[in-house]
Amino acid sequence: MGELMIGLYVFVLATLAGREVITKVPPTLHTPLMSGANAISGIAIVGAIVVAGRAEGTTQTVLCIAAIAMAMINVIGGFLVTDRMLAMFRKR
Amino acid sequence: MNFEILIELTYLASAVLFVVGLKRLQSPATARGGNALAALAMLVAIVATLIDTEILSWTGILVGMAIGGAIGGFAAYRVKMTDMPQLVGIFNGFGGAASALVAVVEFVSNPSIGMGATGVTIMLGTLIGAVTLSGSFIAFAKLQEIMTGNPITFPGQNWVNLGLFFGVLFLGAASLGVGGLALSPLSLFYLFVGGALILGVLIVIPIGGADMPVVISLLNSYSGLAASAAGFVIGNMVLIISGALVGAAGLILTQLMCKGMNRSLANVAFGGFGGGAGVDRALIGKRPVKSADAEGVAAELGYVNSVVIVPGYGLAVAQAQHELRKIGDLLEARGVDVKYAIHPVAGRMPGHMNVLLAEADVSYDKLYDLEEINDDLSKTDAVLIVGANDVVNPSARDPRSIIAGMPILDVDRARRVIVMKRSLSPGFAGIDNDLFYMDHTLMFFGDAKESMSDLVREVRDLA
Repeated sequence: MGELMIGLYVFVLATLAGREVITKVPPTLHTPLMSGANAISGIAIVGAIVVAGRAEGTTQTVLCIAAIAMAMINVIGGFLVTDRMLAMFRKR
Repeated sequence: MNFEILIELTYLASAVLFVVGLKRLQSPATARGGNALAALAMLVAIVATLIDTEILSWTGILVGMAIGGAIGGFAAYRVKMTDMPQLVGIFNGFGGAASALVAVVEFVSNPSIGMGATGVTIMLGTLIGAVTLSGSFIAFAKLQEIMTGNPITFPGQNWVNLGLFFGVLFLGAASLGVGGLALSPLSLFYLFVGGALILGVLIVIPIGGADMPVVISLLNSYSGLAASAAGFVIGNMVLIISGALVGAAGLILTQLMCKGMNRSLANVAFGGFGGGAGVDRALIGKRPVKSADAEGVAAELGYVNSVVIVPGYGLAVAQAQHELRKIGDLLEARGVDVKYAIHPVAGRMPGHMNVLLAEADVSYDKLYDLEEINDDLSKTDAVLIVGANDVVNPSARDPRSIIAGMPILDVDRARRVIVMKRSLSPGFAGIDNDLFYMDHTLMFFGDAKESMSDLVREVRDLA
């Protein structure tokens, strides 16, 4: 089985797992869910670091730095703002 | 142990932590810890990647991380809770852009890659990421009111979009050597990227302001799919898994938002809904209504047993959430049972109202969903509606209405309805609201924030 097929299996199963877990998130937490998902989509930073490691020439280097910076905005911004929101959800 | 295996196991641990973190979002009590776990998962993945990658130049990577971290941290720290939809909107765009750039760099470093599995995943990652980027910036501009929130439509729009979509697909294939065009693969690829960016713009401009919850959710899903595609490009499982989780989250929210409006995704995407197309506007606001001032409203709310408060987008616009909470607190101190009813599509993103009320320190167990509260509304003494319109419009029960079948809060069944609103102007759907003209409805006209402050004072002064 090729790497692409394995990847496809992983993708489909992860989607189903995500569906199971996320369906049960209550509506009151839907905004933090979205901003948390934003942060997780910053995982692109892993890909950006991998391609940056082997970047050659100015064009590729600049594109890689841009990719890292934008992914990092999501990672730091996403997790922090989610934390800021969740800290406000209190029961009195 | 083999070093490569160790790194792979670390990625696996990271993927597990992401899932466990998301699972903890199932309750407000554990959610904050869940978010921290997901952040830990991210840290683990980033450190593993930095250790594993043979890095030629650290400078660029560290500079990129520092710039992005500073911008993200600043934005997260400064953003107002009323502006969360914009922030999430633009973050979707950055996520899509980062994933697209990973695919773009892979192509630029080897433009003669040709037709094959890697080539196709590169095109897919670039396409989804680029559409997410430009679409999210348009969504941001609409929410930030840099451009009009009304649908922008032109004749034959859907055909133009469809044509562009196939044109972009063709350019993607051509970049991989299909068709034997005279242009170089790199030139074709840049045309492909440009076409994909334009496509993202054209997809979002016909969608109106109140449909933004659907658009933001969908773009959220795309940003995850783009990350997954980037994972396929570089053969990295943690990217594929995390991207799939985000994709699933966005898709679930998209479906919930569509359900909240009783419209299909296709109707939201291609309908050009909103702004009152085909509605006779001449009649709107011409019927007599009963109105009351702050003193009158305070008397209606202060001497009853139960009050349900219904917040809408107008509350966010006026940033009156703190005043609203004060009214709730004062009523509770008088022995009134106060609940908050939240429609799934109230506001501009899923859960928008809940975050505003949480910011104003309303206890989350007083917030009720549509299904949870609808049966109670007929037993409620008074309903106070602040800045909501279409989601409480009883004409949704009329099969001939443009919003027919949309689940609404049955506020008209309460004994007394008080609507706080600037004027009788229609909501996003552009239709009149019969609720305003009912016998038991009182209109409380004015700016939400000022009216709220007046109401706080009047309730406080009640005997």
